Amino acid sequence: MNFDTTDAPKTVPLDALHRELGGKMVPFAGYDMPVQYPAGIMAEHNHTREKASLFDVSHMGQVRLHGKDATKALESLVPGDIAALTAGNTRYTMFTNDQGGILDDLMVTQHGDYLYLVINAGCKDADIAHLNAKIGDRCDIEVIEDYALLALQGPAAVAVMARYAAPVRHMSFMSAAELHISDIPCFVTRSGYTGEDGVEFSVPVDAAEDVARLLLDEPEVEAAGLGSRDSLRLEAGLCLYGSDITETTTPTEAGLLWSISKRRREEGGFPGAAVIQQQIADGAPRKRVGIKPDGKAPARAHTEIADQDGNVIGEITSGGFSPTLGGPIAMGYVDAAHAAKGTNVNLMVRGKAMPAQVTSPIFVEHRYFRD
Amino acid sequence: MALKFSEDHEWINIEGDVATIGITNYAQEQLGDVVFVDLPEVGDTLEQGGESGVIESVKAASEIYAPASGEIIEVNEDLDGSPALINTAAEGDGWMYKIKLSNLSELDDLMDKAGYDAHVEELD
Repeated sequence: MNFDTTDAPKTVPLDALHRELGGKMVPFAGYDMPVQYPAGIMAEHNHTREKASLFDVSHMGQVRLHGKDATKALESLVPGDIAALTAGNTRYTMFTNDQGGILDDLMVTQHGDYLYLVINAGCKDADIAHLNAKIGDRCDIEVIEDYALLALQGPAAVAVMARYAAPVRHMSFMSAAELHISDIPCFVTRSGYTGEDGVEFSVPVDAAEDVARLLLDEPEVEAAGLGSRDSLRLEAGLCLYGSDITETTTPTEAGLLWSISKRRREEGGFPGAAVIQQQIADGAPRKRVGIKPDGKAPARAHTEIADQDGNVIGEITSGGFSPTLGGPIAMGYVDAAHAAKGTNVNLMVRGKAMPAQVTSPIFVEHRYFRD
Repeated sequence: MALKFSEDHEWINIEGDVATIGITNYAQEQLGDVVFVDLPEVGDTLEQGGESGVIESVKAASEIYAPASGEIIEVNEDLDGSPALINTAAEGDGWMYKIKLSNLSELDDLMDKAGYDAHVEELD
């Protein structure tokens, strides 16, 4: 066995707290991040589904776009309907390339005074360069360096947060507000990437540890690391950038058309619009699906998917063990002809064909709060 | 009877020309929650240092290497239903397989407990 060792990545503002809590720190996208705490990934995963977990996602990039033309400028880079976003609302979209591939996926919030973007850690530098190159002359791009980003996720998350920031109770999923948590000014979105109700909040770096400790002192809350964040998002059928969506997968293939409004589909005006419009009209050649192996062995990313005759029809892009279901789950891409739910396929794991079925990628129903 | 260890974090408990093999407690701590164990089959022949199975944890799949050459004579069937035995009892009930050793001189390449503890200390 080989266990990775490494040196000198960047640290997040809560680095000392993670170490104090016994977090196992690993390099991830250039940052030292806790992959798990002593409870372990399985326990952290189950705790998130049952109560509430605090995740540090400060490695992700936070950006503000200022200026009257910011909305239109951003729409030239993403297929999401940014113009339709009213103040205090959040939307999921992606930066596309000229082939319709995905450069990154991101959350966009209309603050009222500016657009607030949350981008992936691994894409941060490239995204910022992309923004500067393409729309730097149309809006002011402010990279936020003095705020940490934390997520409180789980069925008890909002009740806990409401003890410190009462109005959060009345926010619906994918809405945003400036709230004081205790007396610390934060920017809170009711969102997350676990399939559970909860919030993500941007908190000043010098107050981040105080807020984290307040929340961790609540009886329902435990710290959770990137390991359980990954198994939670996989159960919820949410894409991991770099694995499930990449520069060579389109939103159409990835099943993300729900994030592209009628107006944007018709008008286009984002990179790769022609490719995506054609795929909408003709159907995508391959589709992202859930894969449920029959047996107990997990099928990991890059596992080949074959049809009943042994022809390769696709590939697993994320796979692992579902603590909630107690067995292996996966997602991946298959040729459109084999994408119907219930299709029998074989996964080639270590030279052996393992039977599996095509399913919805959502293995555990979302419990978002919508009023 | 002798207990020895490989650099790859397997333990091997030798009784005459039969040996029981598993992964060390240090290894299971590194792997985290074990969810599946892919074991060799009885009758398979292993070469020292060759792949002898895979342990899947919540995190990742990790290959297990044979600390000594020989023929598989028994595998721990309990791991099929209870893979977490590797976590709770890595150096006991979480054993993986037994082999009939084919080359006893290979055992000289392995470490004793003190040697393995020192090896682990260097890694931490």
